[in-house]
Amino acid sequence: MDGIHDMGGMDGFGKVVPEPDEPVFHQRWEATVMAMSRAIGASGAWNIDQGRYGIELLAPHVYLTSSYYKRWFLRLEQMLAQRKLVDADEIAAGRGLRPGRPLKRGKFTYADVERIMKRGSFGRPEPAPARFKPGDRVRARNIHPKAHTRLPRYVRGHSGTVERLHGCHVFPDSVVLGKGEDPQWLYTVCFEGRELWGDTAEPGLVVSIDAFEPYLEPV
Amino acid sequence: MDLRVHALQTILVEKGYVEPAGLDHIIEAYETRIGPHIGANAIAKAWTDPVFKASLLADATKAVGAIGRVGDHLVAVENTPQVHNMVVCTLCSCYPWDVLGLPPVWYKSFAYRSRAVKEPRSVLADFGLTLPASTQIRVWDSTAETRFLVVPMRPAGTDGWSEEKLALLVTRDSMIGTGLPKKPDEVS
Repeated sequence: MDGIHDMGGMDGFGKVVPEPDEPVFHQRWEATVMAMSRAIGASGAWNIDQGRYGIELLAPHVYLTSSYYKRWFLRLEQMLAQRKLVDADEIAAGRGLRPGRPLKRGKFTYADVERIMKRGSFGRPEPAPARFKPGDRVRARNIHPKAHTRLPRYVRGHSGTVERLHGCHVFPDSVVLGKGEDPQWLYTVCFEGRELWGDTAEPGLVVSIDAFEPYLEPV
Repeated sequence: MDLRVHALQTILVEKGYVEPAGLDHIIEAYETRIGPHIGANAIAKAWTDPVFKASLLADATKAVGAIGRVGDHLVAVENTPQVHNMVVCTLCSCYPWDVLGLPPVWYKSFAYRSRAVKEPRSVLADFGLTLPASTQIRVWDSTAETRFLVVPMRPAGTDGWSEEKLALLVTRDSMIGTGLPKKPDEVS
């Protein structure tokens, strides 16, 4: 979706302000939100792509005025409700009013923690040969999927060069539509700064994205 | 937020979805065990061991996996006098948690996410870093499940230093590409 989350190239957000000696969490509730989100994700209630889409579905004004972990919290509440894992009256009461529904991988326990301390693998067997190879000129297609996609707006319609192949990976666009993993070749594609930003581009800029094959067409 | 979060946690526990000890253990891991020291150790090893450096650049998941725990699709990218690498996620806040821990607030900020791909030199200036105009700035937008670790250049004046001592020079920001390693005289 052409949502507020797709921020690459926007102006007006001001300076980047690094915080010296930043703590891992600024508030305890942030830590709890992070842990609950990871635990529920690990229990199989939704996967990484559905989770990202959940954040993207927050209303733009909510997205812009909520901190990172506040967005995570709102996503968690919303997705738990959608999947009927938590009911509205329970949120209102602040306690569980009926037993939970079965989760794909069961209750998240202490013993599950180590499993999620390492990223999962999204690589899959290759269903077909790769269409492109390093050095090929490609154009990011001018597509505007209504649901989740990982093709940022700022590259659409622009030409670049394939630099690397990463094998076949789970295709987020299909996952969120309930069409399964639909593995697709994944490429690093480089775009010259001037191709993206015109004559005022900073000198010596090259931007790359990791693009699934359906995002690309030959030039 | 404290009350709302506490209420949701109570609900999840009462409904039997999560065990509180599991949640505490996740938090503890990111507060004490999983952080930039993991990436720093890999960088320091790459600075002293050319074979490890080659394997890190060829397959970072495998190379870092041999000295610690790391998940799939980690890609190490090397800074040189000609090319400076910098990592962002414009669409959300993808970050190599396994080797750097949880991302800092600035990495997740709208300012960084919007500007890094368009005016990285201006962003670097916000970090007090100015690079020669002749240096290519290569920005990696983490749009898939690949995760990027920048291998900064080893500072001059560190000949003969041990891996352990070199690791002290490797800052988190230098592995994201918004900073350089510390200078030798900044560590005792």
